[in-house]
Amino acid sequence: MEEKVIICNNLSKKFGDFVAVDKISFDVKKGEIFGFLGANGAGKTTAMRMLCGLSYPTSGEASVAGFNVYRQQQLIKRNIGYMSQKFSLYEDLTVLENIRFYGGVYGVPSQIIKSRSNDLVEKLGLQQEAKKKTGALPLGWKQKLAFSVAIFHQPKIVFLDEPTGGVDPVTRRQFWEMIYEAAASGITIFVTTHYMDEAEYCNRITIMVDGRIEALDTPQQLKAQFGANSIDDVFYQLARGAKRSES
Amino acid sequence: MKAVTLKNIVKTYDEGKVLAVDDISLEIDKGELFGLIGPDGAGKTSIFRILTTLLLADKGTASVDGFDVVKDYVSIRERIGYMPGKFSLYQDLTVKENLHFFATLFDTTIQENYELIKDIYDQIKPFNNRRAGKLSGGMKQKLALCCALIHKPEVLFLDEPTTGVDAVSRREFWEMLKRLKQQGITILVSTPYMDEAILCERIALIQHGRLMSVDTPQNIIAAYPVKLYAVKADNLYTLLSDLRKSEQVESSFAFGEYLHVTLTSGDISNASELKKHIAAQGHTNIEVEEMAPTIEDSFIRLTNENQNRNPLHKFNNR
Repeated sequence: MEEKVIICNNLSKKFGDFVAVDKISFDVKKGEIFGFLGANGAGKTTAMRMLCGLSYPTSGEASVAGFNVYRQQQLIKRNIGYMSQKFSLYEDLTVLENIRFYGGVYGVPSQIIKSRSNDLVEKLGLQQEAKKKTGALPLGWKQKLAFSVAIFHQPKIVFLDEPTGGVDPVTRRQFWEMIYEAAASGITIFVTTHYMDEAEYCNRITIMVDGRIEALDTPQQLKAQFGANSIDDVFYQLARGAKRSES
Repeated sequence: MKAVTLKNIVKTYDEGKVLAVDDISLEIDKGELFGLIGPDGAGKTSIFRILTTLLLADKGTASVDGFDVVKDYVSIRERIGYMPGKFSLYQDLTVKENLHFFATLFDTTIQENYELIKDIYDQIKPFNNRRAGKLSGGMKQKLALCCALIHKPEVLFLDEPTTGVDAVSRREFWEMLKRLKQQGITILVSTPYMDEAILCERIALIQHGRLMSVDTPQNIIAAYPVKLYAVKADNLYTLLSDLRKSEQVESSFAFGEYLHVTLTSGDISNASELKKHIAAQGHTNIEVEEMAPTIEDSFIRLTNENQNRNPLHKFNNR
């Protein structure tokens, strides 16, 4: 049987009367690239926060990296990586300091941090910049560095929240090649994006509308099912009817 | 008369250390829907701020609706609408108060040009008494557009109006722009989303402060100089690295489900030969098809060509 890294069963989150996430169910396999799409306000962030161990569900069951989202939040946090477009790295720390800081936070032994960070700097071609402040790097490099830092402790799963916003097309492709590489090494990728073409890089995608999962399949199957040429069209057909919009 | 002109505009920051706009010249016709397409840091916002008279260029001249951006800045401000990338309305004022405020600033009333904003305003009218800060992203965007339109500007400047907005709202927004264009308003819009380029009449592809190409999206696509193939096999990641190693392959990039591949002028010259080549590398379930390039393919190709010509820029794009 294939190993499942996320198991999610009727997971819900209410804020007062407002049902932000409404009984969502899905499994994510080890090494899978899983796209999590939805209009602004569909409930993606709320769902992701529960899966990252940052917020308690109201009802339902879920486990992430084998740990329970109600009782083992600390263990979840230790076994996942997280990166978002908005905040990832400390701009006032150097490249190496950022790597060391995150390695330390995740409890990677200092000897390993040392050797692994040198490897990483070399792999990213950042030798010249290793001792410069991260804030001075071009956006594309920051994003690639942020992703590398998010998987530095070799988590079972990494959550990427709109990781490629605003970067140029070449860097965006290089970024996805890093994602492929990480997935090939067995790290599960859970990614949200507003770029519908990026959805087609994923092995499977879900589309959330008004707190519910309205579609879940491979991009090819979804396009066939909705008679659409692109995921953009599938998304439009589903999300057009959404009642909620919040950002 | 052109609606917008830029002549050899240069803008640097940080005492000349950062070159944001690198000798840009451009003309935009009256009534045109013109797109400035490029990633963050390409120089889009600097150009907008120079044209909206909020920033002085180091060198060069620019005009909007016939007025010089330095000498005649007052006249320009009366004639343009500007929606900055960052939400800039008064968060503590309600929807209606914001709109009324901007109308008063421009010495007009909400009623006077109501027809122009009606389509858009109708969608946020139910929230007339809600504070702008409490609106959703999509509604903020609509209110900002109404406020930028309330004085019936000649030229509308929209700096990344769809960034961070979901795919449905983005589509609706472009529908609104098309209707505004029909009213004769010149629109200059910037976006990092390459797929939106095709919705403009003409576009400029911008990277590192330079214009790489200015034309209709159709012409830019048609100017793609070589054959492009869409390629797919069971293991996309291995396929990509195999293709990169092959001497027959000039470039190979992941585009979602497919890889987009161009060839060197070697032995392979069509899809079936490329398929054989890939099969020889041991791949299975191979699909190869010649395809029409997208704006993004053109953008990537132009970026790489510019880099080869100008190695200084390599730093920014590794």
